[in-house]
Amino acid sequence: MAIYLLCLSFFSVGLYGILRKRNIIKIIIGVIIAEYAVNLFFILIAYRIEGRAPIYSPNAEITNMVDALPQAVVLTSIVIGLATTVILIALAMRIFEKYGTFDITKIRDLRG
Amino acid sequence: MTTAVNIIPIFVIVPLAGAFMISIGGRKLKWLADFLGVLSTAGLFIAALFALKLVNEYHILVYSVGAWKPPIGIAMVLDGLTAFMLVTVNLVALMIAIYSVKYMEHFTSKWKFFTLFLLMLGGMNGVIVTGDIFNLFVFLEIAAIASFALVAFGVERHELEAAFKYALMSTLGSLFVLMGIALLYGFTSTLNMADIAAVLAQKGSSNIILLVSVLFVMGFGLKSALVPFHAWLPDAHPSAPAPISAMLSGVLIKSLGIYTIFRIFGNVIGVTPAIASILMVLGCISMVVGGFLAIGQWDLKRLYAYSSISQMGYIILGFGIGTPLSILGSLFHLFNHSVFKSLLFLGAGAVEYATGTRDMKKLGGLMKKMPVTGMTSIIGTMSISGVPPFAGFWSKLIIILAAVEAGQLWPAVWAIVASVLTLAAFLKAMKCTFWGDVRVGLEKIIEVPFLMKFSLITLALITSVGGLLLIPGIQNVFLNQAVGVMTESADYLIAVLQHI
Repeated sequence: MAIYLLCLSFFSVGLYGILRKRNIIKIIIGVIIAEYAVNLFFILIAYRIEGRAPIYSPNAEITNMVDALPQAVVLTSIVIGLATTVILIALAMRIFEKYGTFDITKIRDLRG
Repeated sequence: MTTAVNIIPIFVIVPLAGAFMISIGGRKLKWLADFLGVLSTAGLFIAALFALKLVNEYHILVYSVGAWKPPIGIAMVLDGLTAFMLVTVNLVALMIAIYSVKYMEHFTSKWKFFTLFLLMLGGMNGVIVTGDIFNLFVFLEIAAIASFALVAFGVERHELEAAFKYALMSTLGSLFVLMGIALLYGFTSTLNMADIAAVLAQKGSSNIILLVSVLFVMGFGLKSALVPFHAWLPDAHPSAPAPISAMLSGVLIKSLGIYTIFRIFGNVIGVTPAIASILMVLGCISMVVGGFLAIGQWDLKRLYAYSSISQMGYIILGFGIGTPLSILGSLFHLFNHSVFKSLLFLGAGAVEYATGTRDMKKLGGLMKKMPVTGMTSIIGTMSISGVPPFAGFWSKLIIILAAVEAGQLWPAVWAIVASVLTLAAFLKAMKCTFWGDVRVGLEKIIEVPFLMKFSLITLALITSVGGLLLIPGIQNVFLNQAVGVMTESADYLIAVLQHI
């Protein structure tokens, strides 16, 4: 149970970074932390205490294997996270070229 | 049966292959981007119509990717709702591709535009056809990432700021969705949507499902810009090039937000009374707040973007009420909104193409100079504000009637109020842009090129005669198949699992 709560607090750190930080780069780091927390959570769901890798071998007993599907799924999710991060950083670089700052309180031409 | 299922992966393969080929050859061969862009969207639209015919014949078709049988492998499902959404998305995409051929000339590197456009289309079609919940997430992200790049396509100050805001909010929404998927997998040990529904029916309700529902409402609500989550939309949609504004407002928020809510709540998790009332309240707030905010805008495309929020409210309200009639109205409004909102955005793009501005204070009297753009925009206006013979009137009428019939009087009243607000906002837009005397400095403008006019006129014709879709014979083919999927959700999982 404690490990899930730790994972949740990890996610909250990322969320705090997204919501409270003014610097665009820090916000992006917040997104990355939150993404990792969700990926970790997906892995933790499939983890078993004292579990072993899900590899079949002729003489080993098939007991207490870790579920392999979330690991494959999270691999895809990490790649997607990479693409998102890349595009966020590319946008941040272009924003710095145009506005000359990373401070979001000064990048306010549009008002939702 | 065996050969008919092979049509399903085409909707994903063709746009992805098109994007790939344009990205390889587009830089050298200038005509390739236009040619492949229009050809593949036209092919997809024809395939979508064919899929509609197949659905009427077979009712439901299931394709197993890589011959791995579901629930272990990934399934792609073609049923009434899928075919309905495919026709809507690919119709609008075809019109926008034809329009972009001329419109995108004043941007550099048109081939990059078409690459991203087809990538986004592939993502949307993938979201619609997939029967696997994690696969849905992957396609969702493909479409979303392509759309971030497209919003920033102009690389000016406003575009970049809007794109960053959009990318941040959308990524956060995706994280909530992924967390919901993780919890759902932990509870049911499967990722196939039909199988999840079957397991949930066996296990009964649980607090985890409540948490998952809340996460999905948050995640997909962010994607579909319901009011508490709407802040990114009025920045992102006007900042993109006009064809992409039309694509985002017309079909992207629907296939990524609304369709996923319909599919996951309608067929997989099931709508509890609590979720239904949450959706109804969100719908009402979206309708009214979006309507009020639209009236105050002076930027033509910003006004349209706010009205998109308002119209999304109608669709979600119709789904929240949950009777067959209201779902019919909701789906019909979804189709109508795709057509007339993309028409209006393309009209705004034509105005910007000809005059170089979209500030309503600087425009006026364009009807005399640009009759085709003016007339089609006015048809779109009348349709969106619910003036009788046009399509928008019928769908709003059905939603309001269904609300009254279900005993939900307040939502019906708010729907009528929002309709009046929409009319007010759009009359302002039309008065400032098209009616009155020609402004000083606008004497020399001319009508837009033929290909742009072609898209505008076709969309205007569709929305003018859209009410005919309610004629019983046509309704059975197009709308009722989709409504059937939503109202008889037990059929969905039985059919999908039996096709294994």
